[in-house]
Amino acid sequence: MAQALETSAQPADSEQYLTFMQSGDMYAIPLLGVKEIIEYGGITPIPTLPSFIRGVINLRGRVVPVIDLGCRFGKTEREVTRRTCIIIVEVGSGEESQDMGVIVDSVSAVIDIPMSNIQPPPAFGAKIRVDFIQGMWKSDDRFVIVMDIDRVLSVDEITNMAEALQESVA
Amino acid sequence: MSLDFSGALKAFAQESKELLAEMEQSLLTLEEEGAKKELVDAVFRAAHTIKGSGGLFGLDHVVAFTHDVEGVLDAVRDGRLDIDGDLISLLLSCGDQIGRLVESSLAGEVEGELLRKGAALQAQLQRYLPGSASAVATPEADVGETPQGARGWHISLRCGRDLLRDGMDPLSILHYISTLGELVRVTTFCGHMPAAEEMDPESCYLAFEMDLITEQAKEEIEDAFEFVSASSEVRITPVGDPDSWDEAIEATPEGEHRLGEILLDSGAVTRNELEQALKQQESVPERPKLGEILVARNAVQEKTVNTALEKQAGVVKKQRQDSFLKVDAQKLDHLINLIGELMIANAEVRVKAEHIRESHLDESIANSTRFIEAVRDCALSLRMVQIGDTFNRFQRVVRDLARDLGKDIRLVVSGGDTDLDKTLVERISEPLTHLVRNAIDHGIESDTLRRERGKAATGVIRLNAFHERGSIVIEVSDDGGGMNPEKIVAKGIEKQLIRSAEGMSDGEIFKLIFEPGFSTAEQVTNVSGRGVGMDAVKKTLEELRGSVEVESELGKGSTIRLRLPLTLAIINGFLVGVGDSKYVVPLEMVDECVELNGDGGGDFMGLRGLALPFLRLRDLFSIDGRPSDRQSVVVVQYAGRRAGLVVDRLMGELQTVIKPLGDIFTPLKWVSGCTLLGSGDVGLILDIPELVTRAENAQNQYVGRKMAAG
Repeated sequence: MAQALETSAQPADSEQYLTFMQSGDMYAIPLLGVKEIIEYGGITPIPTLPSFIRGVINLRGRVVPVIDLGCRFGKTEREVTRRTCIIIVEVGSGEESQDMGVIVDSVSAVIDIPMSNIQPPPAFGAKIRVDFIQGMWKSDDRFVIVMDIDRVLSVDEITNMAEALQESVA
Repeated sequence: MSLDFSGALKAFAQESKELLAEMEQSLLTLEEEGAKKELVDAVFRAAHTIKGSGGLFGLDHVVAFTHDVEGVLDAVRDGRLDIDGDLISLLLSCGDQIGRLVESSLAGEVEGELLRKGAALQAQLQRYLPGSASAVATPEADVGETPQGARGWHISLRCGRDLLRDGMDPLSILHYISTLGELVRVTTFCGHMPAAEEMDPESCYLAFEMDLITEQAKEEIEDAFEFVSASSEVRITPVGDPDSWDEAIEATPEGEHRLGEILLDSGAVTRNELEQALKQQESVPERPKLGEILVARNAVQEKTVNTALEKQAGVVKKQRQDSFLKVDAQKLDHLINLIGELMIANAEVRVKAEHIRESHLDESIANSTRFIEAVRDCALSLRMVQIGDTFNRFQRVVRDLARDLGKDIRLVVSGGDTDLDKTLVERISEPLTHLVRNAIDHGIESDTLRRERGKAATGVIRLNAFHERGSIVIEVSDDGGGMNPEKIVAKGIEKQLIRSAEGMSDGEIFKLIFEPGFSTAEQVTNVSGRGVGMDAVKKTLEELRGSVEVESELGKGSTIRLRLPLTLAIINGFLVGVGDSKYVVPLEMVDECVELNGDGGGDFMGLRGLALPFLRLRDLFSIDGRPSDRQSVVVVQYAGRRAGLVVDRLMGELQTVIKPLGDIFTPLKWVSGCTLLGSGDVGLILDIPELVTRAENAQNQYVGRKMAAG
């Protein structure tokens, strides 16, 4: 089920972001890296990996790893609802780029965020790791956390965590 | 270096690479078997072709250098020069130089360093060339040389009596002929001239024999006699080396041809000659053979006819690659990927058809499946190449290195016709080089030591390849000193690779040499012994889903055995289920499946009197839920070791494409890739070598605990 996203005309100094909900907070990631949004399901679990790596899905013949954003942020359980979905994003660039799926509670909208309005992340008090946050943006009614998606999905970091776990398993 | 040039140049680069490899091979065989004519010819032909095509592309440096090489080879071919070890060494270096020149010429820049090297080699070549035969060294001068393709012709003209009456003049014909090329010799015969009183001044009694060197085709020469051929007799035969036609005949298009067509295509006979010969053939009741007629009519030499006949029979001994079609490797990869997708799609159809339970449909699907599998096998075989060429390249490595080290070493190659995937061949050549160099340097002892040990002075290194249970096995063995396990253990402890050798088998101890930073050579040579290389061998093998084993006997020699999958693309798998998860075991590693009886919770079971260690996949992968009531054990085997995998369900065979798992899954040692199942699910392919090792370790620990307890 691909959800149609409404886009609006874009002012010069702003960029388009996709916003979504996770654990009651609203996050934004650059729309440019988003390839598609699919319904939650069809995940083949892969044992002996950190729990936030939920497994892999068959995306029209390609095998794409899926990360649970909630678990990446420290939650242990995921409640799957009708609105739970997987955002397919492209991380890295050039030859090294690869697709990854990110499970989130629900997808909200595509918005324009004026670059100048993005504030630096708070030094403390955030619910998630500070280095995952690129900045904060105050919309009309709430704070939106602009996420550093490359950091959240860092292949190096995830690989290291997986490696550490492998050693404890073996 | 990335070369980016047009298709023709690319083809030239590829061709010259192949020619140089062939040249090297022939030179090495020459050294072994002595100066055989066909080998010298092969070397000459290679140099000649490179020079020729190099000239075509204006690669002056290549042409100038190769010219000198060709000069020396020509002298060898004519028997003016004997070929010996030193000359072969020089020619081998020249071959390398040509390769470098071609490469850098195509890349656009030939560096001074390379040219200086070339000049040094050229100076050495000159010493083999007496007199002015080698005066041509610069490309400018090269242009003035006898043009490519020129050959000698012998023309005999028996003038018809009416030649003069027809308004023709033999002299003008001779003039015209001399414009076609170089008219070397003209002899006039007046033997038919009658006595003066009987002679008719208006008749022509003359006959001429001429030798002409020209680039022109035979047809062109024949044209000169167009107006006299009705009344006079003209024969044009190639002179000198009848071999010169062989190439032309081999170059004619493949297919079903008649002898006359082949000779005509190659230019050995003209249409005119052929028609007359055919006419003669028809006129004689016993229908003599066309070739015999042509030879009898002096149109061609007998040898040329024989070559053409061989060509016709398809047995012309030719360069192997001539009968091959060069295809972009990427296109092949694409084809194989597509076939993989086709197989997945077909599996999906099959799964859906099973739900419908329609016998006609089942039949059709079985039919199409059979063809898809045939197409897959065929496509995979396209990527297969024989390992022989790779093996033969080591002749040079062994020869050069052994000379450097003052050792006498012979390389014996067997199993060269074993097929394996081209990607594998490319990837394996570097590790093989390491192993061979290592065997030369550390394996084979010095002459004196060999004699002391009562061995033949000549050391032997063997390269062998064979298929075994869906893998290909490549062996590098030497009859050298072998490895001393105690030394290796001591070194391993010193380098902190192990704490003690307790419980380690010899095979495991020998494997330490593949650990990074391990080197037991007492003397570090520039060949090997720096501790790099062997761990690179292991790494490459792991990347290729292969493994390595070492056997060694002190004083007798060592064998290093590499085991590789046949192909990297497609897998014959056996599907098993644990809980909701499905896993694929490579089929060639499955020995049998048995029921798990009376599960007492141990780590091994008895199988026909032998203890078989097993792993419970459910425990290993922490899969929730209760195991099924009837668990099965899949008995797998790898490199002679066996282990069992306990699963809930056996789900049958499947053929499928291996899909890479993303980078984040590289730490997972127990999975070697994944695949898409007919149901659309992803199936993980189990890495059996890793699991077998784990099962063995678990068993050893268990036995260790038991012994400690008892």
